[in-house]
Amino acid sequence: MTQTPKIRLRDVHKRFGSLRVLRGIDLEIEAGESLVVIGGSGTGKSVLLKSVLGLLEPDQGTIEIDGEDTTRLRGAQRTDLLSRFGMLFQGGALFDSLTVWQNIAFQGLQRRTLKRSDAHDLAVRKLADVGLQSDVANMMPVQLSGGMQKRVALARAIATDPEIIFFDEPTTGLDPIMGDVINDLIVKCTKELGATALSITHDMASARKIADKIAMLYEGELIWQGAATAIDDSNNPYVDQFIHGRAEGPIKMPIEAD
Amino acid sequence: MRFLRAIGRAFLRFLAATGRLVLFTLTSLSYCFRPPIYFRQILRQMVEIGYYSLPVVGLTTLFTGMVLTLQSADGFGEFGDENAVASILVLSVTRELAPVLAGLMVAGRIGASMAAEIGTMRVTEQIDALTTLATNPFRYLVVPRLIGGMTMLPLLVVIGNIIGVFGGFLIAIYELGFNGHQFIARAWDALEWIGVISGLVKAAVFGFLIALMGCYHGYHSKGGAQGVGMATTNSVVSASILILSFNYLITGLFFAT
Repeated sequence: MTQTPKIRLRDVHKRFGSLRVLRGIDLEIEAGESLVVIGGSGTGKSVLLKSVLGLLEPDQGTIEIDGEDTTRLRGAQRTDLLSRFGMLFQGGALFDSLTVWQNIAFQGLQRRTLKRSDAHDLAVRKLADVGLQSDVANMMPVQLSGGMQKRVALARAIATDPEIIFFDEPTTGLDPIMGDVINDLIVKCTKELGATALSITHDMASARKIADKIAMLYEGELIWQGAATAIDDSNNPYVDQFIHGRAEGPIKMPIEAD
Repeated sequence: MRFLRAIGRAFLRFLAATGRLVLFTLTSLSYCFRPPIYFRQILRQMVEIGYYSLPVVGLTTLFTGMVLTLQSADGFGEFGDENAVASILVLSVTRELAPVLAGLMVAGRIGASMAAEIGTMRVTEQIDALTTLATNPFRYLVVPRLIGGMTMLPLLVVIGNIIGVFGGFLIAIYELGFNGHQFIARAWDALEWIGVISGLVKAAVFGFLIALMGCYHGYHSKGGAQGVGMATTNSVVSASILILSFNYLITGLFFAT
């Protein structure tokens, strides 16, 4: 391989107390590529995402962005790195004390790279990108429906034209149609920005739509990786069980809480 | 054996919590002096803590001053004249009652709302969102509240002092029929710098403790609505206990010789 991967994880481990959540993750994502990590609840998807973002620090292993080790960055260097990222949270995580436009332009306003008047214009432009009218800009997040909140959150995630965008369960909590709208928007926005995308989801429809590559996480390890188109021919019983949503198979779900 | 293990586990948990609190405090303090400082947020907190707590603190100290005058006039019997009542009123209000009662009332009002707000931000991932938007949550959320608490509580106590003494004065004149001129003269004599200053130092410390407890419990809350509720309760209870114990410590520093 000649090109340095945009994101590279090497042997990443993370444990909470005696619970080993990540057990040696190796993963590479090329620039401009969209990788979706699938897996059931509690398999470590969120921990994986938060480790790459730097919200959690791995116990072992390295995470490289553009070939540079970012695992233990702190302070100003971490902040500079984060300003190149965008993140769409599962519940939107909009700041409910701020208006929609202040949410979207938050980073520019706080880092003083944007004037207030420009910030409003930027927010309206980004709202248009996610298919919302400019009158939404002056509303408060609580006045919006779940689907609209997700769109505003997406607008905030792409507001700084990030190089890498993270999506945490982008379609969870939305009806199938709105879920598909969000999927389309994700594909459109990442392609327009030429951004690299790392998503986690357990929604196969979403995964098929937004992924170039899919990786499956099970019990803290990546048990399969490949092109999104190849997932139906994986010959991996775990992957087959997951994508067809069967209760029977090698993946055992405890019926009762343990 | 199981009994010992339970004690050991509780003790270790206590040590871990103490360590986490100390770390939280030091981190917050270190960010107080390093830019970027979010002035807009500081101003917002000052208005929230200072201005909106005025009615609560004013009413509390007003009635306390009134009751204190009634009680001391009655309790001193035949010695309960202008001199004794005025001195007792001024000394008690400036040294103890205004700072402690204002502190406790603000702990209930502000500490609880801080814990609820930051706790909700934690469980809805808004704090993580701050971080990913390249904004340090300590700088944006904690520092403005600490500064607001530390600066606004002393101001509230100054106003509380005035209102408390005024309440006592009203009762002394209209209820007890004391000589107003003599009462004011005696009250002025009883007013001493050390009492007022110790009261203001207490207020600053209490303001810091209230904001610290609100932020700390909110920041570390987990598990949805119930977790936020628990954080709110914990912030008020711990702030109240800390206020009462630090009140003793600071009094000791100023007045024990």
